[in-house]
Amino acid sequence: MATVAHHFDDLEQQREACTFGMWVFLVSEIMFFGGLFAVYMADRYQYPEVFIHASRTLDVVLGTINTAVLLTSSFTMALALAAAHEGRRRALVLWLLATIVLAGAFVAIKASEYAAKYEDHLAPLMDSGALDQSLTPEPEKLFFGLYLTMTGLHALHVLIGIGVLTALTVPAWKGRFDRDRSLAVELSALYWHFVDLVWIFLFPLLYLIDRSA
Amino acid sequence: MTGAHPSTKTYFVAYIVLLALLALTVAVAYIPLGAGNMLAALTIACIKAAVVVLYFMHVRYSSQLVRLSIGAGILCLAILIAFTLADYQTRGRIPTRLEDPPPLEMR
Repeated sequence: MATVAHHFDDLEQQREACTFGMWVFLVSEIMFFGGLFAVYMADRYQYPEVFIHASRTLDVVLGTINTAVLLTSSFTMALALAAAHEGRRRALVLWLLATIVLAGAFVAIKASEYAAKYEDHLAPLMDSGALDQSLTPEPEKLFFGLYLTMTGLHALHVLIGIGVLTALTVPAWKGRFDRDRSLAVELSALYWHFVDLVWIFLFPLLYLIDRSA
Repeated sequence: MTGAHPSTKTYFVAYIVLLALLALTVAVAYIPLGAGNMLAALTIACIKAAVVVLYFMHVRYSSQLVRLSIGAGILCLAILIAFTLADYQTRGRIPTRLEDPPPLEMR
């Protein structure tokens, strides 16, 4: 994108406008996830003990590992963008691939967690009865429904991110992105960091409600 | 056209800070704080988010337009959550008719 589109005055304005547009999209995504967070807040307030109880069935080790994986992928993405800005083709491809691999690891761990929940019948439409016989099952279903929807929607965003980053690797390898032409990498990086941001909030709210035994 | 952006060293420091905050988040969850648990978790999450937004997403070096957009988004989210909670948390406590006393138990 060294060429400036005709409706922009110069390269800087083009870059600024594209960045602004990307942020407007990310803000809309914040509201998209925000709706689910609002539901979570209301439900957790209504059923605090049930949420604590249900949260403890989630694997905190896997959740922590997954958070570390995503944080690392944000780091590698930032390094990829820096490589693009400095015209370092090989480094760019390397860091893009590292980000993709880490994203794949995240999805794999999530899949194993979902499989475990499926085995325990703690999934929507699967009638498990309550975890604790003294509590009614409906509020628990609220938690697991929220867990599945919020992490599922997030995982969908991760998959889309993998697609976007994969689509970047071939042109990156061909040297398409360098000093003044790395806008696509910049905007993809913004999307990827956003995906990490959502998980930064999802992790404590779902996995770490109250682990003091 | 690249705009200012942080050095690799800054990225690395930000990354280490994020990992440290992650460890802190997990550790704090095991301390019995009652209602303070969610506050602590969200506070740490907000700090992590600030690090990601300012440094990884370059907002520290971005224009006012970008910052304004982010601020507007956060404001909208705050309104969404605040008003939703205000609704739920006051249900049943405010009598619907002057003659009705509030119910003894809300949940």
